[in-house]
Amino acid sequence: MSTNKVIQVDGLTKMFGDFTAVNAITFDVKKGEIFGFLGANGAGKTTAMKMLIGISNPTSGKANVAGFDVFTNAEDIKKNIGYMSQKFALYDDLTVKENITFFGGIYGLSRSKIKEKSNALIEDLGLETVANQLVGSLPLGWKQKISFSVALLHDPKIVFLDEPTGGVDPITRRQFWEMIYKAANQGTTVFVTTHYMDEAEYCDRVSIMVNGKIEALDTPKNLKTQFKAANMNDVFLKLARG
Amino acid sequence: MSITIQHISKSFKDVVALKDVSFEVKEGELFGLIGPDGAGKTTLFRILTTLLIANEGTATVAGFDVINDYKSIRNSVGYMPGKFSLYQDLTIEENLIFFATIFGTTIEKNYDLIKDIYIQIEPFKNRRAGKLSGGMKQKLALCCALIHKPKVLFLDEPTTGVDPVSRKEFWDMLKRLQKKGITILVSTPYMDEAELCDRIAFIQDGKILEIDTPEAIVKHYPKPMYNIRSNNMYQLINSLKAYEHQHSVYPFGEFVHYTDNRLDFNPKELMLYLESKNLSEISIQITQPTIEDTFMELAK
Repeated sequence: MSTNKVIQVDGLTKMFGDFTAVNAITFDVKKGEIFGFLGANGAGKTTAMKMLIGISNPTSGKANVAGFDVFTNAEDIKKNIGYMSQKFALYDDLTVKENITFFGGIYGLSRSKIKEKSNALIEDLGLETVANQLVGSLPLGWKQKISFSVALLHDPKIVFLDEPTGGVDPITRRQFWEMIYKAANQGTTVFVTTHYMDEAEYCDRVSIMVNGKIEALDTPKNLKTQFKAANMNDVFLKLARG
Repeated sequence: MSITIQHISKSFKDVVALKDVSFEVKEGELFGLIGPDGAGKTTLFRILTTLLIANEGTATVAGFDVINDYKSIRNSVGYMPGKFSLYQDLTIEENLIFFATIFGTTIEKNYDLIKDIYIQIEPFKNRRAGKLSGGMKQKLALCCALIHKPKVLFLDEPTTGVDPVSRKEFWDMLKRLQKKGITILVSTPYMDEAELCDRIAFIQDGKILEIDTPEAIVKHYPKPMYNIRSNNMYQLINSLKAYEHQHSVYPFGEFVHYTDNRLDFNPKELMLYLESKNLSEISIQITQPTIEDTFMELAK
């Protein structure tokens, strides 16, 4: 296996009864790559992502994530990846610091490491004044930035982001993407879903799922050429009307 | 005027949700309230639909005062909240019958208004609302908001979290409803949807930043806008942010949108600077600012 590929998926399939939610998808993601995982609501993105992060058993096919097999080593996958979703990110009833300490503990970091990481995170995000405030009182954009940093606390090889910027204001959305670029630049692989098609352009490569299948996978530039489209929104509209 | 809002303010304890908000929506207009999560959009919707009382200011909807005539307003408006608020344990058809009955009407009576939308979910009419996909829930909620033939329709972030294809279909539906004479006030965090409205108001931190047609708002942008690209996006953003003359640097799809502080800005100079930062395949081209650029400039 090439060590350059941190996600390898081959014919991965998930069925619920006789409904095929994910239909034999095949793709690779390279180390340090920003990989956009797009598709309409209900296309199968979340189901596919759940299999890759080790919380849902595939019906058939193969997948290796961060060097571990999704069938046999799901627990090892969880230790080596970060995950953040729009729906659940942090505990609203804990302060910023408490959240960091909590998740640091979950990821098995030592107390001294947690303290060091916590201070660095608070300084990086300029959160000194709100470090002891409840997360629930912060604006969504801040929460999402903290949540992303928390997902990176244990220096995972890959971070999975499920619609991280939904409803976030345009300036914060861009600051969020600068954090993604920074993480990727430092070698972390970023696997991200979004409904903002301008964000699809920020990815190194993009896949588009339609009815459980990956119908397109390439760089944004090549996809635009292939579908004779001016932008990724047009590519998406041409493809996803399946 | 279909909606008039004068000097509305609302606070929750020490949090100011709305601060001296005033604007009007004309009859038959498709008016967009554009702003991020937490800007105060939902609070304003709740005041206009008589679910919340403002601390200061007055407002009318369909000619009725939000305080004195609140019951008349409730009969004249349709409201689709951001959070799915139908009965999860009732089927599609039962939800619709329920809302029609509450408003003293029947599905048959106003069927033409919802027909276009309802036929898309009709094959599933016996399915419980809780078991529907996001797109189907959204269509059902819209049908329920329309069943009593409202004069004014309030839609609070109807497309948040919805994919681009379904968003486009939803906006096509809104345009058709508008043609039937319904006034629509819609909120969204998506700047591309702003272009589809007759007029828009930018809202942030409880304050209205600007109100105008989408075309006019873009024309107000104060500086020439440049599209810049290079071989490495991350280095390009960092280099531009470190450039002493930069006014704004925002990634925009495959480009970075850049404005300069100087009136006599010469792109060649910037090109040399970027080359000195070891960037290659650099291109700098003048472009048109978008609604999103304008919003970010105002919100800075």
